[in-house]
Amino acid sequence: MIPEQLILWAILIPLFGSIGILLTSKIPNLRETITLLTALSLFLIVASLTPTILAGGRPTVTLLELLPGLSISFTVEPLGMLFGLVASFLWIVNSIYSIGYMRGHHEKNQTRFYFFFAIALASAIGVAFAGNMLTLFVCYEILTLCTFPLVTHSGKPEAAKSGRIYLGILLGTSVGLQLLAIIWTWHATGTLDFTDGGILEGKVSKVAISILLFLYIYGIGKAALMPIHSWLPAAMVAPTPVSALLHAVAVVKAGVFTVLKVIIYIFGVDTLSNMSEDNWLMYIASFTILAASCVALTKDNLKARLAYSTVSQLAYIVLGAALANSMGIMGGGMHIVMHAFGKITLFFCAGAILVASHKTEISEMNGLGKVMPFTFIAFLIGSLSVIGLPPLGGAWSKWYLMLATVESEHLMFIIVFMVSSLLNIAYLMPIVARGFFSTAKPSIHAGENKSEGISFWHSLQIGNIREAPPFCLLAMTISSLGCIALFIYADNVFQLLAPIAGIK
Amino acid sequence: MLESLYHHLPAIQVVLPLVSAPICVIFRRTAIAWSIAMVASWLSFSISILLLEQVNSNGPISYLLGGWQVPWGIEYKVDQLSAFVLLIVTAIGSIVTLFAPNSVNKEIASDRIYLFYTMYLLTFAGLLGITITGDAFNLFVFLEISSLSSYVLISLGGKRNALTAAYRYLILGTIGATFYIIGVGLLYQMTGTLNIADISQRLPEVAGIKTVMVAFAFMTVGIGLKLGLFPLHVWLPNAYTYAPSIVTAFLAATATKVAVYVLLRIYFSLFGTKILLSLPIQEFLLILGLIAIISMSLVAIYQKNTKRLLAYSSVAQVGYMVIGISMITVTGLTATIIHLFNHAVIKGALFLVIAAVFYRINSVKIEDMAGLAKSMPFTMAAFVAAGFSLIGVPLTAGFISKWYLILGAIDKGWLFVAVLIIVSSLLAVIYFWKVVESVYFKERPPGAIQIKEIPLTMLIPIWIMVGANFYFGINTNFTISIAEKAAKYLIGSPL
Repeated sequence: MIPEQLILWAILIPLFGSIGILLTSKIPNLRETITLLTALSLFLIVASLTPTILAGGRPTVTLLELLPGLSISFTVEPLGMLFGLVASFLWIVNSIYSIGYMRGHHEKNQTRFYFFFAIALASAIGVAFAGNMLTLFVCYEILTLCTFPLVTHSGKPEAAKSGRIYLGILLGTSVGLQLLAIIWTWHATGTLDFTDGGILEGKVSKVAISILLFLYIYGIGKAALMPIHSWLPAAMVAPTPVSALLHAVAVVKAGVFTVLKVIIYIFGVDTLSNMSEDNWLMYIASFTILAASCVALTKDNLKARLAYSTVSQLAYIVLGAALANSMGIMGGGMHIVMHAFGKITLFFCAGAILVASHKTEISEMNGLGKVMPFTFIAFLIGSLSVIGLPPLGGAWSKWYLMLATVESEHLMFIIVFMVSSLLNIAYLMPIVARGFFSTAKPSIHAGENKSEGISFWHSLQIGNIREAPPFCLLAMTISSLGCIALFIYADNVFQLLAPIAGIK
Repeated sequence: MLESLYHHLPAIQVVLPLVSAPICVIFRRTAIAWSIAMVASWLSFSISILLLEQVNSNGPISYLLGGWQVPWGIEYKVDQLSAFVLLIVTAIGSIVTLFAPNSVNKEIASDRIYLFYTMYLLTFAGLLGITITGDAFNLFVFLEISSLSSYVLISLGGKRNALTAAYRYLILGTIGATFYIIGVGLLYQMTGTLNIADISQRLPEVAGIKTVMVAFAFMTVGIGLKLGLFPLHVWLPNAYTYAPSIVTAFLAATATKVAVYVLLRIYFSLFGTKILLSLPIQEFLLILGLIAIISMSLVAIYQKNTKRLLAYSSVAQVGYMVIGISMITVTGLTATIIHLFNHAVIKGALFLVIAAVFYRINSVKIEDMAGLAKSMPFTMAAFVAAGFSLIGVPLTAGFISKWYLILGAIDKGWLFVAVLIIVSSLLAVIYFWKVVESVYFKERPPGAIQIKEIPLTMLIPIWIMVGANFYFGINTNFTISIAEKAAKYLIGSPL
């Protein structure tokens, strides 16, 4: 197939998959098979676009003209390619995990869950491949709306409340600020196409550029920059696979991806770096990095801690973009991948702990590592990658981000990264240590083992070990191996991103 | 024969429903009355499509009633804008009659149903007449036909409050019509003609004279009353709330739209851009529009009855259209005209859903609708989908309107207007979401009767409307090209 057709299929496949899921709602095994097959074929299609992009191609396909002169069109460029690859690959892993989790945790309305998940992926791919800002906006909004039923999956009052925050912030910022910025850009420049070097240069005054930057950055609520981050912790009310793929990968990365896209292709990196010595965005991003890490330290609920960690890590990418130099773009782009693999592993572990031992609070996890050794080893690998230690992928993105601070001669931000790494250690490592080295209170396990029947879906039990369902373990294995593989093969990511970062 | 029929389409457009009305009275049977209304509506719909095609290919049509020459006789004039509005009214009428039988049987006493269809046809004919006529006095006549019959329609509502609501509307509506006719009288005094095109030709000579200004003011207030322009909207919430659901759906989607159309006609075709620009009308309309979109959306948030909530939302939406007019630019008018259409399909869909809800649970209070999503999944999904369009989510019709309106504001350099428009759509999210949360996240109240999904005869019309919201949000060629042409035509109208 030619690349243009592949782009269309990449968007259609998950949509067709969603219809298949609806049709097979009565036969769960077939339904999950369809999800897996859809995820697999989506990844293959996205992956088969890679050679074209690496060779410098920019396949474009235009669907329809939504407004005169403004069309819904898709163009694949390196950054979108990368985001598409990550999202579609992790969807496979996450689908494997979902089977274990949703059945092990006896969730209801599973058809609805898999249906909206497929739609969410279609819109995430739409965001990744969007050829202009209008298309991106459309897909961005659909992503918000179709993840709402996933966030409020349980249908309980607290889910409705969190859903209100989720929708309120994401829809409010995007309609309130981003749309205004888009229409303003369109009015000023007469185009919304993503263009190398930006489109705003020379079209609007410097003051207008600063206002537009504000409107765009805070209009992209999914990037969770403080103070509009609170939707992300609120979204943790969702089932864990949703938190894992959507709120560590697809949705939040769609946010920072949009930030990168806007800075690279709408403003232009040079326009931004010429604008002033240092802009407010760097400081806000640094503040978010540190503040969110500190908040994470105080959280006892594991998913909440991970959510704040995500807020902090997303700000790394925003800071990289704000530094507006080639290393910053490279580091930011790379961090999308590295953080995705690390964080999804951590969420997988959090969900596994919930399913196997019904624990959500870190303070209750004493000695759990001996019962769930596998999960805690995966957690260790994920943590080390998020912290940014070799030999794990996270080391590379942090390396380039730090290089960016040097290149832009803003050495104080190197301190931000270092302090943040220390904070990462402080809020992630104790969990592992607690699991392996503390002794459990005997009361916790007594009686629990016997009261429940042993089922294949529910957990894996061998001797004293009482692990998560096999499907969950398989998913964790893949994602943590991914963290290691990314350390070794980081060069491939570098090569892919080199053209847009301006590195020859 | 066919050829001459084709030539007389503008007359048939109005005469057909007008004549059908008394036939309903003659037969009196519910089923027959409904069939007549149905046939008349769908035929009118077909005629309006033919008229639009004719205008698109041959330009504006001028039809002389009885062959009397202008300015002595009455002229029917079909241009882009009026053809478009005719299409909106007839399309909505057709869908509403398709939906009507169950809802009407439930809400209106069975011995009066034929009267309902009679009055519906009269209102329908009146609205079409207003739209098509090129004569200022004839417009008044049709305005009264549609108004008087809509008072009756509202008073058919089940509760006693419907009578007071209709009475209030009658008083204010009559004042509105009187103001309008006073304006027409003054203009006749100044120009000696009643034909709109003719008046607009003669007006520039007398433009500076106070009488013309007074006429302008009278007409603005008169039409303002009919379209629910803030603060002249006070009749509207009660009328919409207490009227039978089907009447609300029809009037909300058509009557205020036609009133906005009349305002456009009077401002741009009668007075013309030049006179408009010499008056402080821009600021006046802008401020009223802004107050409407913010305050009425805020009021909507606090409503407990969905019909009333949507009624206030309608007043806010009229505010958007008025803001578009106040810009007096092609983009602004395009926004207004597109929103005329889009808001008709949005509110049509929403009020039909509400009618369906009343059909099942005898109430439209938000608390009584709790948990309905489980028993009426398709109806409620339609409500959510149409609500997205109301908010202006991309790929829905509402998004296109909002895009043009904000673009028009930025074009004018009115950044604060753009911001307020956005604030208002965020308020729309809040009032709409209140209903959604109740419907989706709450349990059915204890002791509530078991209910089923509504029959397909109701579901299909609802989903046609919802489908239109998405269709015209994705394939925008049709609406945008007509609206743009109409806007250019209005702005460039003979001065």
